[in-house]
Amino acid sequence: MLLALKLAYRNLMGAKLRTWLNVLVLSFSFVVIIWQKGIINGWDQQAQRDTKDWEIGGGQYWQEDYDPYDPFVLEDSHARLSDATERAVAKGKLAPILISQATMYPEGRIQNILLKGIDPNQQIIELPSSNLVSKNGNIPAMIGRRNAKSSKLKIGDYVTIRWRDAKGAFDAEEVRIVHIFKTNVPTLDAGVLWIPLKKHQEMMNLSGEATILVTNQETGFDGSIVGWDFKDHYFLLTEFRQMIEAKNASGYVMFLILMSLAMLAIFDTQVLSIFRRQKEIGTHIALGMTQKQVIVLFTVEGAMHSVLAAILAAVYGIPLLAYQASVGWTMPAGTGDMGITIAEKVYPAYSLGLVLGTTVIVLIVTTIVSFLPTRRISKMRPTDAIRGKIQ
Amino acid sequence: MNNSNLITTRDLVKTFAMGDHEFTALNEINLVFKTGEFAGLIGPSGSGKTTLLNILGSLDTPTRGEAVVLGQSINELTSKKMANLRNHHLGFIFQTYNLLAVYTVYENVELPLLLLKMPATERKQTVLQSLEWVGLTNKMKSRPAQLSGGECQRVSIARAMVKTPKIVLADEPTANLDAKNSHNILQTMEKLNRELRTTFIFATHDEKVIQYLRRKISLNDGQVVSDETITGK
Repeated sequence: MLLALKLAYRNLMGAKLRTWLNVLVLSFSFVVIIWQKGIINGWDQQAQRDTKDWEIGGGQYWQEDYDPYDPFVLEDSHARLSDATERAVAKGKLAPILISQATMYPEGRIQNILLKGIDPNQQIIELPSSNLVSKNGNIPAMIGRRNAKSSKLKIGDYVTIRWRDAKGAFDAEEVRIVHIFKTNVPTLDAGVLWIPLKKHQEMMNLSGEATILVTNQETGFDGSIVGWDFKDHYFLLTEFRQMIEAKNASGYVMFLILMSLAMLAIFDTQVLSIFRRQKEIGTHIALGMTQKQVIVLFTVEGAMHSVLAAILAAVYGIPLLAYQASVGWTMPAGTGDMGITIAEKVYPAYSLGLVLGTTVIVLIVTTIVSFLPTRRISKMRPTDAIRGKIQ
Repeated sequence: MNNSNLITTRDLVKTFAMGDHEFTALNEINLVFKTGEFAGLIGPSGSGKTTLLNILGSLDTPTRGEAVVLGQSINELTSKKMANLRNHHLGFIFQTYNLLAVYTVYENVELPLLLLKMPATERKQTVLQSLEWVGLTNKMKSRPAQLSGGECQRVSIARAMVKTPKIVLADEPTANLDAKNSHNILQTMEKLNRELRTTFIFATHDEKVIQYLRRKISLNDGQVVSDETITGK
């Protein structure tokens, strides 16, 4: 095998431009595959981090009837906090949020919203709830940028909201937009109006009640609470994980296209080599190689393209990918409005596993592709091969 | 086996399928080659010279009969043993040199020793010695494309001789060379034959080669028509 490696290396170096063209194409595939996977990984990590920091903390306790996908149960999805839970809230381990449906009338238009009440003093999630401290008797409210854009609301605007309280009575009041926040987590933003928890409880006639309890990231699950179900990160990130899996699947399509192009070049080179280098094959046999050894030599030669490509990819790819990881990849305008958790800039995340995994896969595929045409050698007559007679 | 008998053929027949009929390339060949011979298979094109040389070189097998090379019957050898025989004991010189174009002269000559897994220091010495035999030490970094035909054939001789094989098989070695180069390489081979006692067997119809031979075996239509040993050369 060492001999095959040595001879294959000599042959590749001797073939000069032909070798380097193949190596360049393959190295390009390496870099693009790793970059693309890095972007998805970076997005995944960043979005998970943002979602934990801004929305789900260390997990959430849901009132047992709460189902975010069933608006008909929302009016019953609330419960009073027990004394123990209140103590946990006071200690900063939990942040209660009350959720109800409401209607907002910005500039006379009608817009259905989710009204969410949160304690202005909570420190558990990064939502800037401290802006909801009431200063002049108005009901302070805040919305995200996406909502502000669609409802055309600005800071200082008053907007009428209408809701139905726990007893079924409709009521309406004006709230003042005190803050417009920017977040990468669209579920906190689109169609959501945030107000102080106490005010919300008062409006709904649900004093001391909440729909969900967000846990501190450091604490996470802190024992069962009767009437509440704990939802962990795995559950709360299910949708996002499924989307990343779908993105990964589309990434594999790109991977396949790039690999096919590179492998086509290798396969073509191998076929051409075996056709053009019959005399060389015959000479190797005359000098004492078996046909099997010649097959190994040609296979190693083909597979070595991927080794050289990995080296070349490292030469220009590492600085390129490192630069990309430091400056990030700016997402196209409007991506944030698509309802997915994504930052304006995604910073690719590369892992050793990603780089090694890609290298091993490319090496295996190249070896197989290099081997396939060489099987023809075993059918050659050495005497004809020596004379370079086309077989 | 008689120790001095390197090659023995007994009723050797080689046929090739040509469409729906058979072509007999060699017919009942009975020959013995001894150590140190400088022999030639002479005859026109299609007389069976190269076919016989290929069988003696274990690159092909007889259809019937037997070819025993260095005590091993070619018919009974596996491809691995055949390769081993060629690797250790046989050297080949081809009409078109068959040098590897991407290798330097040094690397071309080194190749058989790499296959023999000879240690690097010994390998280097042996290659240099072999290049010295053919007078090409000054060209060892050149590639075949940078050499003349005569120089290429001398590299080919160096490659065949580098492992000091017992037998060298040369198929039309002068066919692509002019008279001066032909004589040069023949003199080189004759010198190596005398100094190293290597047996040389040629397949040729070139008069320039024939005049150097000490044994001339004439073939016609796959049969030996004469076998003449010239004494006093």
